[in-house]
Amino acid sequence: MAIIKVEHLIKIYGSDTDKALKLLNQGMDNESIKKQTKQVVGVRDVSFQVEQGESFVIMGLSGSGKSTLLRCLNGLIKATAGKIIIDGQELTGMSSRQLEELRRKKMGMVFQRFALLPHRTVLGNVGYGLEVQGIARDKRDQQALQAIEMVGLKGWEDSYPANLSGGMQQRVGIARALATDPDILLMDEPFSALDPLIRQEMQDELLEIQNKLQKTIIFITHDLDEALKIGERIALMKDGKIVQMGQPEDILLSPATEYVARFVENVNYSRALTASSVMVKARNVVHPKDGPMTALHIMEKFGMSSLFVTDRPGKLLGYINADDAYEIANQGIRQLDTIIKKDAPVTQPDTPLCDLLDVMAHTKVPVAVIDETNHLKGVLVRGSVIAGLAGERRETYE
Amino acid sequence: MSSMMDSIPPIPLGKWTDQAIDYLQAEWGESTQAFATGMEELIKGLQGFLINMPPELLIIIFGLLAWWLVNKKTALFTIIGLMFIYNIGLWKVSMDTLALVIGAVALCMLIGIPLGILAAKNTTAHRIISPVLDFMQTLPAFVYLLPAIPFFGLGVVPAILTTIVFAMPPVIRLTDLGLKQVPEELVELGKSFGSTFLQMLFKIELPLARASILAGINQCIMLSLSMVVVAAMIGAKGLGGVVWTAIQQLKMGMGFEAGVAIVILAIILDRITQNLGKTTRRENDI
Repeated sequence: MAIIKVEHLIKIYGSDTDKALKLLNQGMDNESIKKQTKQVVGVRDVSFQVEQGESFVIMGLSGSGKSTLLRCLNGLIKATAGKIIIDGQELTGMSSRQLEELRRKKMGMVFQRFALLPHRTVLGNVGYGLEVQGIARDKRDQQALQAIEMVGLKGWEDSYPANLSGGMQQRVGIARALATDPDILLMDEPFSALDPLIRQEMQDELLEIQNKLQKTIIFITHDLDEALKIGERIALMKDGKIVQMGQPEDILLSPATEYVARFVENVNYSRALTASSVMVKARNVVHPKDGPMTALHIMEKFGMSSLFVTDRPGKLLGYINADDAYEIANQGIRQLDTIIKKDAPVTQPDTPLCDLLDVMAHTKVPVAVIDETNHLKGVLVRGSVIAGLAGERRETYE
Repeated sequence: MSSMMDSIPPIPLGKWTDQAIDYLQAEWGESTQAFATGMEELIKGLQGFLINMPPELLIIIFGLLAWWLVNKKTALFTIIGLMFIYNIGLWKVSMDTLALVIGAVALCMLIGIPLGILAAKNTTAHRIISPVLDFMQTLPAFVYLLPAIPFFGLGVVPAILTTIVFAMPPVIRLTDLGLKQVPEELVELGKSFGSTFLQMLFKIELPLARASILAGINQCIMLSLSMVVVAAMIGAKGLGGVVWTAIQQLKMGMGFEAGVAIVILAIILDRITQNLGKTTRRENDI
C-alpha cells in the first residue's frame, strides 16, 4: 500500500499566488511567471506514490524544488495546490493540532546541516522528539539510548554536539529521527555536508539500518552516485517538475529527456573513478625478513597465490608467488630476498579506471597502487574494479 | 521675516498632554496610588531584608557568587569594594539603591522578556513596540519624571517606574534579536518533530537566545544604576539621594564618595551578570 501519495502538488512562493497559479495551469513556464507576477514557482504539478518500506530518492540540482517538495510532505511548507495523503490522511486539510500529531508519530526528519541543539547533550538531542510527545524521562532515555546504539555512538550520549565530528553529528541527527520510531524518514541531503569518505560510510550504514528497520525513506540528494546507491526508485527533478521517475537502471539505461541523459553521462564510471577510489587496503603483505612459511600461511589463509613484499615503512619491493615460496621453504632458506620479483604491475592513485582496464585484463597478480615515494597505498583486484564500475564503491582507504 | 509655515496655527501638543494627564489622574489616580502603596511595601521589604542582614554575611555571599560565576579576581574585587563602601559609611544607602535596582530589573525582565517574545513572533507587535522603545530611550527622563508624581506620589515607586522606562528597552530589543537569530534549520527541526508553540519557545528558542537575553539584562542593570541619581529627585533616596544632597549643598567630597560607591556596585553587578551568558558557551568550548 502506498504510504505517501502526492497528487498534482504545486508550490508557489509569494504574496499573491492566485494569478501565478492560473498562468501555471495555462502552461506558462516558471521564468515567464516570475517576470509577470514576481511569484516564484517551487514545485509544479508533481505526482508520485511511495510504498511502505521503500527508499525513494528525489534528485536534482539546487533550485530544482526538491527541498521544497520534501518540506511540503510534513507541512513545513504549505502547498499552494494539490493533495498530499500520508497513510490515508490528507495533509492539506489538517488542523495544526493534527499536523503536530502526524509529525510526532509518523515522520522523522534529518537535516543537511544536522540541526542539533547546541545546549543539549547527544542524549538530550536524540530524546527531543520523545520529549515533545510528553514521554516520561526513564522511558525516553531508554529509547534514545537504543537509537544512539543503533547509529554506533554508544558512550557519547553525554557529549555536546560541538565536540563531535561532522559524521558523528549526523549520526545523532539520524538517531533523533529514529528514536520516535516513525514510519517515514525525511532526509534532506543528509550527507552532503560530509567529506566523501565519511559520506560513503554513512551511506553504507544507512542501508544497513534500513535493512533492519524497513522504514519508508524519502531521501533528497544532488549526487547521482548517492541516488543510485540509496534509491530503490529515483525521481529526477528540474525546474520544479519530475522529469523522470523509475528504478536506478531505468534512469541509467534509458534516460527520458536530454536533461537526464546529460546527468547520467557525467557518471561514466570508468572516467569518474580513479584507482584510489576502488582499491582495497593491502592487508596482506610480507617483509623480506618474514620467512617463506609465514608467507605461505598468509596466502593459504586468504586464498591467494601471490603476495606483495614491502619493507617495514611500507615501500614496495616486489611480489612473490606461492610456488617459489614453497620451494625455498623446502630448501630451508629463511629469507624471501632471493625470490622477490621486481616486475609487479603498478599504478598511481589518481589514474582513471579506463586507463587501467587493459592492465587489469592481462595481469595474473593484483595491481599495486603506489605513491610518488613508492609506498604501497592499496591493491586493485578484479572484484573491486568491477564493483566500482557498477557504481558500488567500497570503503577502500586505510 | 515671515515664513509660509507661520500660517499654520500652532499645534497645542503641550496643552493636550496636560489635559490627558489631568483626565487620567482623575479617572485612574486612586488605583495607581493603591498600586504604588503595594509596590512600595515590596521594595521596602527587600530593602529591609538587605539592610538587616549582617554586612559581613552579605559581603561573603556576594564574594562567593562572584567566585563561582566569574573568577577569583572578581571575587576579590567584590569583597574589597563592598568593604570599602561599608568603610566610608554608605552601606545602608547602597543597600537601598541595590534593592531599587533589583526591583526595577526584576520588573524589566517580567515585562520586557514577554514583550520581546511578542515582538519577535508578531510583525504587527514589532511595528508598534519598536517606535515606543525609541521614545522610551530618547525622551529626556525629566519629562516623564514629573508626571509620575501625581500618579504615584513621591518615593520609591515613581523612581522604579521611571527607571523601568529607561532601562527596559534593551531587554525587549535583545530578546527580540536573540529569538530572531535562532537558525532557521533549528526552527524547522522543532516543527518537524511536532513541537507546540510553547515547546518551541522553551526547549529551542529561548535556550538559544539565552546569551542575547542575558546581554539585555546586563544592559538593563547598568542603565538602572545610572538612573539612580536622576530618580533620587523624586524621592528614591539611596546613593542617588546622597549625590543629590551633595549637589544641593555643594559638598563635593560627599558627592564623590557616593559616586564611587555607585561605580563599585555597577562593576560588581556587570561582571557577575556578564558571565552568566558565558557559562552557556562553556559547554561548547570544552
